[in-house]
Amino acid sequence: MTVNPPADRWVGRSVPRIEDAALLTGRGRFIDDLPTHAGTLAAAILRSPHGHAAIRSIDATAALASDGVVAVVTGDDVQRLTRSMTVGVKANVECWPIATDRVRYVGEPVAIVVAADRYLAEDAAERIAVDYEILPAVVDPEAALGSDAPVLHPSLGSNLINERSFSYGDPDGAFAGAAHRIAVEIAYPRNSCTPIETYGVVAGYDPGEDAYDILANFQGPFSIHAVVARALKVPGNRMRLRTPPSSGGSYGIKQGVFPYMILMGVAARIAGRPVKWVEDRLEHLAASVSATNRVTRLEAAVEADGRITALAFDQIEDCGAHLRAPEPATLYRMHGNMTGAYAIANVSIRNRVVLTNKTPTGLNRGFGGPQIYYPLERLMQRIARQLNLDPLDVVRRNLIPANAFPYRTATGALLDSGDYPAALERAVVEGGLGELVERRTNARAKGRLYGIGMAAVVEPSVSNMGYITTVLTPGEREKAGPKNGAQATATIAIDPLGSVSVKVASVPQGQGHRTVLAQVVADALGLEPSAIAVVADVDTARDAWSIASGNYSSRFAPAVAGAAKLAADRIRAKLEAVAAGQLNTMPADVVFAGGRAASRSNPDNGVSFARVAAAAHWAPGTLPETVDQTIRETVFWTPPELSAPNGSDEVNSSLCHGFIFDFCGVEVDAVTGEARIDRYVTMHDCGTILHPAMVEGQVRGGFAHALGAALYEEYAYGADGSFQSGTLADYLIPTVMEVPEPVILHHETPSPFTPLGAKGVGEGNCMSTPACIANAVADAIGVDDLDLPLTPSKIAGLLAGPERQAKNPPRQAREAQPGGRRKLTGEGAAEVAASREAVWKMLLDPATLEAIIPGSHGVTQVSDTHFTADVTLGVGPVKGRYKAEIELFDLDEPNAVTLRGTTTGALGFGEGEGRITLSDTGTGKTRIAYTYEAGIGGKVASVGGRLLDGAARVVIGQFFKALANHAGGANGPGTGLLARLKGLIGGRS
Amino acid sequence: MPKLNRDTRTDVTFTLNGKKVTARSEPRLLLTDLLRHELGATGTHVGCEHGVCGACTVRIDGEPARACLTLAAQAEGADIQTVEGLEPEPGGMSPLQAAFREHFALQCGFCTAGILISLKALFDRKPGASEQEIREQLSGHLCRCTGYTPIVRAALAAQAQMREEEPRNA
Repeated sequence: MTVNPPADRWVGRSVPRIEDAALLTGRGRFIDDLPTHAGTLAAAILRSPHGHAAIRSIDATAALASDGVVAVVTGDDVQRLTRSMTVGVKANVECWPIATDRVRYVGEPVAIVVAADRYLAEDAAERIAVDYEILPAVVDPEAALGSDAPVLHPSLGSNLINERSFSYGDPDGAFAGAAHRIAVEIAYPRNSCTPIETYGVVAGYDPGEDAYDILANFQGPFSIHAVVARALKVPGNRMRLRTPPSSGGSYGIKQGVFPYMILMGVAARIAGRPVKWVEDRLEHLAASVSATNRVTRLEAAVEADGRITALAFDQIEDCGAHLRAPEPATLYRMHGNMTGAYAIANVSIRNRVVLTNKTPTGLNRGFGGPQIYYPLERLMQRIARQLNLDPLDVVRRNLIPANAFPYRTATGALLDSGDYPAALERAVVEGGLGELVERRTNARAKGRLYGIGMAAVVEPSVSNMGYITTVLTPGEREKAGPKNGAQATATIAIDPLGSVSVKVASVPQGQGHRTVLAQVVADALGLEPSAIAVVADVDTARDAWSIASGNYSSRFAPAVAGAAKLAADRIRAKLEAVAAGQLNTMPADVVFAGGRAASRSNPDNGVSFARVAAAAHWAPGTLPETVDQTIRETVFWTPPELSAPNGSDEVNSSLCHGFIFDFCGVEVDAVTGEARIDRYVTMHDCGTILHPAMVEGQVRGGFAHALGAALYEEYAYGADGSFQSGTLADYLIPTVMEVPEPVILHHETPSPFTPLGAKGVGEGNCMSTPACIANAVADAIGVDDLDLPLTPSKIAGLLAGPERQAKNPPRQAREAQPGGRRKLTGEGAAEVAASREAVWKMLLDPATLEAIIPGSHGVTQVSDTHFTADVTLGVGPVKGRYKAEIELFDLDEPNAVTLRGTTTGALGFGEGEGRITLSDTGTGKTRIAYTYEAGIGGKVASVGGRLLDGAARVVIGQFFKALANHAGGANGPGTGLLARLKGLIGGRS
Repeated sequence: MPKLNRDTRTDVTFTLNGKKVTARSEPRLLLTDLLRHELGATGTHVGCEHGVCGACTVRIDGEPARACLTLAAQAEGADIQTVEGLEPEPGGMSPLQAAFREHFALQCGFCTAGILISLKALFDRKPGASEQEIREQLSGHLCRCTGYTPIVRAALAAQAQMREEEPRNA
C-alpha cells in the first residue's frame, strides 16, 4: 500500500471494523439466525431434472399425505395468484418464477412443499410424481440461433429475444482506411462468485390487508422491489421487504433471490402461515444465478504503429432460459465504456441476446466487465503479436491522455478523472515489470514456459439506472419515458441524549459499510467513530430508499458514503447555528472537535456536543429561527451527470470510472499444464481512498474471484442441458493454497463528481485479472486462442497439440468428448456356455429378469418386448427407488436385439441403448457382442458424475460374466443383464 | 449409545463450550441443525452441507470436524466447542479473534467461525505450527471475500501473541 493515513480526520484511516466484534464471536445476525414468527413453516422446492421437457402432469397426492405437510404449490397456483415477472425488453414472452407448462433448465422450480420442518418438506418433495416429456435441449448460444435449434419459448418463434446494432463515429470509414484488421473470437464461460451463505427467504401474507411481508438476504437493486410487487399484484406499500443485518457475501448473486420472494409469498398465502426457505448448495449452484456466458467477435482497425482507430463488437449474450430482471443488463452495463482505457473514436456494436436451456443469469461481481475486457485485452496482445510490437507500447499508444479528462467516450460515457499514463508508468516501475521480463528471458533460456500478461481496464461504478434502456430503440424509449439517475440516500438522527445514528439503504454483504459511515460522520461532527451507531439493512416500510438502493455497481463509497457526508454536513450547519447561540458567537466561529462544540477564536468557550445536539428534543424553543430541527436529516443525492441515453444511443452508463493496470508473470508446467502465478501486480486508481484496508480487501477479494474464473471455475452443462457442477468438489473455488498475494498499488485522482472524491473499487480485478492471466499464459505457451477456465488439462491439451490416434483403441467404456456431455459409450464381447437360443430366451423372459435384477420389486411384462420394473438401487449411502421402462426392438431372433431403457426417480434419470449380437462359436457356446450408449441426468449427474463413470465401467465389465454364470446354470451373484443395463442407465451403479 | 429408531426422538446430552446441554433429536438430525435451531448456537454456519466449504467446523473432543456431516446423535457424551466458546468473557476476545479484527481477516464473516475453530484446534495441538502447516489447515476452508492473505497474517500474528503470553500464563 502506498497510502499515508491523514492525521486530522478519520476518513482515510484503516480503523478496526465495528462489524467484527459480533461476527468474530458468533453473534452475527444472518437470515437463518433470526427468530421467526411462531408457527412458521419450512419450504422445500422440487426442481426439474431435465434441461428441457414438457410437464404432462404433476401428482402431489402422496406428498400432501406425507407427515407434517401443509401445502404443495405448483405453477398453476403461482399463475393464479401472481402475474408474469416484468421482462426488460419488448418481447412476446412470459417469465414465471416456477415452471408452468414446461421446464427449461435443470433446477427450475416445479413444485414447493410447505411442511412443519425442512426434513419433512424434503421427504414429501420426493413423493411428488411429475410426468415429463423430454424435449431436445440447446445449451450453446450460437447453436441456439440456428434455424433448426429447439425453441424454448414458442411464443417468441426463436431463441433470439433481442437484437440491436449501434454505430458511433465512422467505424466503416476507419476500417476501410486501416493498415490492419485484427480480430479475436472468444467464448466467455459461465461462472459465479458463489457466496458461502446461500439464499434465504421468510415470507408472510396478511389477507386482511392483502399485504406481503418478506425478509430476504437480497442485496438490491431495489428496482427489483417494483418487479416483485407487480408480480404479486399488490401496490408497493403492500410489499414490505426487509433484509437481515448480516449477509454472508453476495458479489451480485443475491440479487437473484427475488423470484423466491414471489414463490414464498405465494406459499405463505396458500399455507396461511409464514414460510421460511433456505437454499441448499446444490440448489444454489444449479439454479441461483451466474454471470452470462458470451460469444464475442471483436475486430480492430489498426494503424502500423498499433494505434486502434475503430472497434467492431459482435456479441451473443446467453441469458439462460428466461430473461429475468434486470437482464439483459450484463450486456449493457459497460455500454458507455466499451473502448476501455483507450481513446478510440469509432465503434460499431451488434448485440444479440439469446435464450438457452441453462439457468437464468443475473448480477455477478464485475457485471459485464469480464465479458468485455477479456476480448478487448486479448485483442491488445494479439495486435502486439501480429505487428511484432511490445504489448506495453500498444497499450501506451492507445491510452486516453491525461489532459483529456473529463473524457467523453465514443459510446457516451463521461470518464470523470484519471491519469492513465502516469498510473501505468508507476506500476511498471514500482511493480517491477523489468524484473519479470528478465525472469522470462532466463526461464526461456532454460527451456521453461514463462509468460507475461497485462491488462488495462476502466472500472465503472455507480450505475445509471437508465443504462438498461439502451436495449430499447430511441423510439421505444421515447414512448416509455426517460429513465436515468441513481438516487442514494442517508439519514442522520440525533436522540434525546445527543448521540448520533446513521441510517442508509446500502445493504452491505460484508464490506464494512457501517465502519466507513461512522468515519465519515465522525469527521463531520467532531466525534469518535465508535460514538456513531449505523444501520445499513433495509425495511422498505420504514426507511428512506429508492430503486437505486442496495449493494451493487460498487456504489457505496462514491454514492452512499457521499450522501452520508452531505447529510452530516447539513446537520452540522444547523448545529453550528444552535451552538453559536449557546456560545454567544457566530456560526462560522463554531468548530466541532473531540466531542465538543467550541469557539474557534476562543477554544475555552465550549459546550459538549450532546448539549448542542439534544436541544432540538428538549428545548426546541431555544433554536435559532434559521433552524427547524436537528433531530433527523435525510439526504437524497443523484448525480446530474447520469442522464438518460440520448437519441444517438450514447449513454453515460456509470458515474465514476476507476482505472486499473495489471501485469503478471506466469510459469506453465510443461508436463502438467498447471499455470503458476509468479508475481501479480495490480495498480488501482479508485479516487479518494476512504479506508485503505477495506480497499485492499476489495482488491484481494476481487482478485481471488477472478483467479477462480481464470483458472478453475465453470458452470458446466452437458449437451442435453444436464448440470454438471453441483457440488463444491465439482465447482472448484480457489483455496488458500491457490491464491497468491498480489502486489497492490494506488494512484489517486479524486472523482470530481462524488462528494468524497471516491470511486468504486470492488469489481475491477474481476474485469482485469482473467484477461491479464490469459495473456500471460498465451505468452508462455505461444498460442492465440484461449478460452477460460485455463485448467491444467486444457493447457496441457494445447501444449500437446491434436491427439494422435492410438494403435489399439480401448475397448472399455470411454466418455464421449463433444461439449463435455456426460455420456458413456463402449463395446465389448464375452463367450458363454449356452446356445444362442438359450441366451435369447433368457433375455426375453420376465421370470429370469425378476430373479436376477437386484432390488427388484417386480417386473411387469407390458408386451412381448416391453417390460417395466420397480427397483431400488444404491451407490454408497445414496439409495433411491426408480421406475424403469425397458423396450426391445429390432429383434433378429436369435442373432441380435436392441435394448432401450429409461429410469426415473427422485435422484435423477437415465436413458440408454445397447445393441446385442449373438453368434455361435461352436460346441454349444455363444459369443455375445455389445455396443452401448448411455446418459444420465438430474441430481445424480450434478453431484455424482465423477463417481458414476468409473462405477459404470466396472458394471459393464461384470455384466457378461453374470450372464455367463446364469447361462451356465450357476447361482450367479444376482447380477443380470438387464439389471446391469438398468443400473447403468439409471445412473445408479 | 442406545439403538436408534427412525421414528423416535431421543435425548442427546453433551458438553457445549463447557456447559452440559441436552436436546431432543430424531436420528437423522444433523449436528448443525441441533446446534443452530435446537440450542440457538447460531455462530456455527452452514455453507454447503457436503463437507467442502468448512463453514460449519466445530471441535468434537478437541478435533475439528464438519458439523454438517455429523449426526446430532453422534454428539452424545462428546465435548463440543463452537465459536461461541472462544470468547474469554462477554465483550472480550481471544488473541485469535483480536488478530482477525486487527488484520481485517474477515469481511462477511460467514466462513469465519469455522476458520477460527480450525486454527484454535491447530494451535492447541501444535503451538509452533509453521506457516505451511497453517495454510494446510486453512485449505479446508473456503472464503470468498478476503483472498486469504489477511487470514494467514492474522493466524501468524495470533500465534506469535499466544506464544508470547504462554510463559506468563504458565
